[in-house]
Amino acid sequence: MIRLLLFAATRFLVGGHPRWQGSEPAARQRIYFANHGSHLDTVLLWSALPPDLRETTHPVAAADYWGKNALSRFVSTHVLNAVLLQRRPKKGEDPLQPLRAILDRGESLIIFPEGTRGDELLPGSFKGGLHHLARDYPRAELIPVYLENLSRAWPKGTLIPVPISCSVRFGPPLPFTPDEPKPAFLDRAREAVVALA
Amino acid sequence: MDPRFLWLFAGVGGILLIASVIGAILSRTVKSESGRETVRNLNERVRAWWVMVAIFGIAFVFGKVVTLVLFALTSFYCLREFISLTPTRPADHCALAIAFYIFLPLQYYLIGIDWLALFSIAIPVYAFLLLPVAAAVRGETVNFLMRTAKIQWALMLTVYCISHAPALLILNIPGYEGQNFLLLFFLVTVVQLSDVLQYVFGKLFGRHKVAPRVSPAKTWEGLIGGGLSATAVGAGLWWITPFTPIEAAGMAAAIVIAGFCGGIVLSAVKRSLGAKDWGTMIEGHGGALDRMDSVSFAAPLFFHLCNYFFAA
Repeated sequence: MIRLLLFAATRFLVGGHPRWQGSEPAARQRIYFANHGSHLDTVLLWSALPPDLRETTHPVAAADYWGKNALSRFVSTHVLNAVLLQRRPKKGEDPLQPLRAILDRGESLIIFPEGTRGDELLPGSFKGGLHHLARDYPRAELIPVYLENLSRAWPKGTLIPVPISCSVRFGPPLPFTPDEPKPAFLDRAREAVVALA
Repeated sequence: MDPRFLWLFAGVGGILLIASVIGAILSRTVKSESGRETVRNLNERVRAWWVMVAIFGIAFVFGKVVTLVLFALTSFYCLREFISLTPTRPADHCALAIAFYIFLPLQYYLIGIDWLALFSIAIPVYAFLLLPVAAAVRGETVNFLMRTAKIQWALMLTVYCISHAPALLILNIPGYEGQNFLLLFFLVTVVQLSDVLQYVFGKLFGRHKVAPRVSPAKTWEGLIGGGLSATAVGAGLWWITPFTPIEAAGMAAAIVIAGFCGGIVLSAVKRSLGAKDWGTMIEGHGGALDRMDSVSFAAPLFFHLCNYFFAA
């Protein structure tokens, strides 16, 4: 119910039409990685997936923001099926542990490798988490996603989104080779998202 | 309910039914590649037409408030399309929020409470002065005039101009009380019929383009043939208006010409923003603004002609 309302409001404001350019919706294990421009990114990308894939696809959300109070924790984990990530982990703790738990179950993830929302149309540099996951879970397909216009609809530091049509573009799977150096891989991953812009 | 509504909707429904039947026959008989493309386009237009007529039927049956809500939603989608194609900056966010969340609802609310004087100046005066202030306090001066002008244009075309169509409902025309819906019907019918007939005449006889770089589909043959036939239909509808047949023909001609101008101006705006269609909302019709471009020019003109010559 809440989910339907949230989807309807998002559709009304920003549209969010999915465009599959180079990959198709499929039930196999995937890691979707996208540029991050607004708080609507998670809702929009997740609602752009076909309903049957949503159940097994978990957006990764920052625990310091989405886990702040009971309401946002409820919305993120129950409505959006999200998994919370500690952006500043305690010493000796693996921050990716909750993500690995999902992947170990054979389910899929949505991650925003920039780690924070950007102001520009193109994504900033990617953090290393994507590389660790790609290395440890070679069976998961890496799907680049570009969220168009979202940083314009709800820029960082503003209270409410304005209605601007956005689209969600899914690109072709990104190949992973274990011997490629980490920075080169992260650059290539970023390029794959930029190529969809 | 006025029995003339039923007759009119039965008439429109009949015409669409004929169009659907012709479309179905053509899609079986036409074999050439380009012909099939045209027929497919035609059938999609007819289908979208059914939806629009259904929406109008609902508006007419349920009255002024529902009509205002439907037109407000139309303005909303048109404004969203316009702004989506405009490269706004984060510094414009506040101005955009004011345009969407304050001026758009306000404009239709003012029609709802019959406040004609403020309705006429809310956007040209108050939004014109307020929106640049909202953008200026953010301190970004790069392309400031261009950004402000685009937002003001968007608001004028998609909200101010389009809102003049439902504003016909609050005109006080002596001897025509309670029938203003028919005036709105007259406007929308003539505008949309003129669009369709110009397209059909252009496809059949089109040789000389009016403005090839702006709008390649618009031809003199289409304009004259479609415009004259739409004017004739408008004159034939004089009995639903407060006009004599001659006046109805003049009004229809004004609507046709304004609608044509709206088509080429919005096409030029669209191209200067680097797009072919405004959006993908209506199947076969591009975006919502692709259907409303002629209305946005015809509605204010028709409103003011009615107000000046016929209203008390």
